[in-house]
Amino acid sequence: MSQADLLDQEPVFQLKGSMLAITILELVQNDLERLDRQLAAKVEQAPAFFSNTPLVLALEKLPENGAGLDLAELVALCRKHGLRTLALRASQPQLIEAAGRFDLPVLPPSGARERSLDPAAKPAPAAKPTEPEHRPSRVVTTPIRGGQQVYAQGGDLIVMAAVSPGAELLADGHIHVYGPLRGRALAGIKGNPNARIFCQQLAAEMVSIAGSYKVAEDLRREPLWGKAVQIGLSGDVLNITRL
Amino acid sequence: MAKILVVTSGKGGVGKTTTSAAIGTGLALRGHKTAIVDFDVGLRNLDLIMGCERRVVYDFINVINGDATLTQALIKDKRLENLYVLAASQTRDKDALNIEGVEKVINELKENFEYVICDSPAGIEKGAHLAMYFADEAIVVTNPEVSSVRDSDRMLGLLASKSRRAENGEEPIKEHLLLTRYNPERVTKGEMLGVEDVEEILSIRLLGVIPESQAVLKASNQGIPVILDEQSDAGQAYSDAVDRLLGKEIAHRFLDVKKPGFLQRLFGGRE
Repeated sequence: MSQADLLDQEPVFQLKGSMLAITILELVQNDLERLDRQLAAKVEQAPAFFSNTPLVLALEKLPENGAGLDLAELVALCRKHGLRTLALRASQPQLIEAAGRFDLPVLPPSGARERSLDPAAKPAPAAKPTEPEHRPSRVVTTPIRGGQQVYAQGGDLIVMAAVSPGAELLADGHIHVYGPLRGRALAGIKGNPNARIFCQQLAAEMVSIAGSYKVAEDLRREPLWGKAVQIGLSGDVLNITRL
Repeated sequence: MAKILVVTSGKGGVGKTTTSAAIGTGLALRGHKTAIVDFDVGLRNLDLIMGCERRVVYDFINVINGDATLTQALIKDKRLENLYVLAASQTRDKDALNIEGVEKVINELKENFEYVICDSPAGIEKGAHLAMYFADEAIVVTNPEVSSVRDSDRMLGLLASKSRRAENGEEPIKEHLLLTRYNPERVTKGEMLGVEDVEEILSIRLLGVIPESQAVLKASNQGIPVILDEQSDAGQAYSDAVDRLLGKEIAHRFLDVKKPGFLQRLFGGRE
């Protein structure tokens, strides 16, 4: 075998599969003039998003499956706004035929999950700022035993019984324990530095507020160990004060 | 309606089987038809403590697998009319237990008995879980030392969250604390946790305090439940616990250091 033959057998390509995130323009009304205006407005919001962006045109949501749509004009319109049509999603025979003329592949209708994509963050609705939603506190009346974990998501945690060693209390807000606190208590775990821990008897394995913590070894040296206290954060120092 | 009682602890060696045997025998002594079921598959002990090890033919696993009927597997106690034992299998392990099988056996026992005592294995795994899953009441056996108390606490958490009653949102399992191997002298010296300490940490109702006693070991080795030794302090303490379990109000005994009597002090005699 000559050198040339060997070279000839060397593969010149590889086939690969890949998942790409692609923008889909789903047309719901056959009104190209309005599309032109609305696209222009979008482009203004985020010009970078609309420069040579690959696009799939989805036409199956159009009334009458998009019969009578001028595909040539639609593709040209998209091109004008920086969107380059890669393929078509359609089920109407005329459109499929038209796609053939433009040499555009036709994709099967999608059953997959799609989320709506907004090129620019919507300008915040100028209306009144929304009231902070009130999340109810989580109230536990039975003892929390070692190995149990209780999380009050988005609010306060109130425990009306003893918290055993090895138990873990978590809250996005404050933690109140009306009994001995012998386990771990982590308040403001999403980073709220104003969260506090209140307890009738401080005997905790660990207390933490917004990530600043003290373990039992340090807590035991506190003069308030075993007493009713509140624990708050100032700067990054946990302050323990008598209740 | 039959009551399912689980005797559990988390930690091993605290006296679960001794307690199961004593409480079961105590209930039978008071005229209640009682079955004691050994859930400690692979480490079968209950039959030894009950003194029926030579009469085990079929076991719990045989009944679950349908190799034997419950009537064939139940061993009747030679001393008491109302007392039966269902032995664990010694040749299998806990994986031989399954929830459907246990439920079937428990339901069948419920039809024929007033009390079913489930003697749980140590740990919090499958055997212990299945022993407590169908329970109405739980006796948590604890020694007055920190590791035992911590394990009991963990077990109480599981009773409150992983039992059938908890899963179905029914009334929770009624929990009783039984403190065993209690030595008032060592408590006074500060070497052992006191009753109040344990009660405070676990915050459940105290069913009884069983003093550390020579009688327990002797009874185990002879295969006689210690409650039948009416002379012993441990036997009397178990008797009180059974009465409390049945709803009687009885003051706790054996909590204080015994003061040596006049003659004992004089001659330095030992009990």
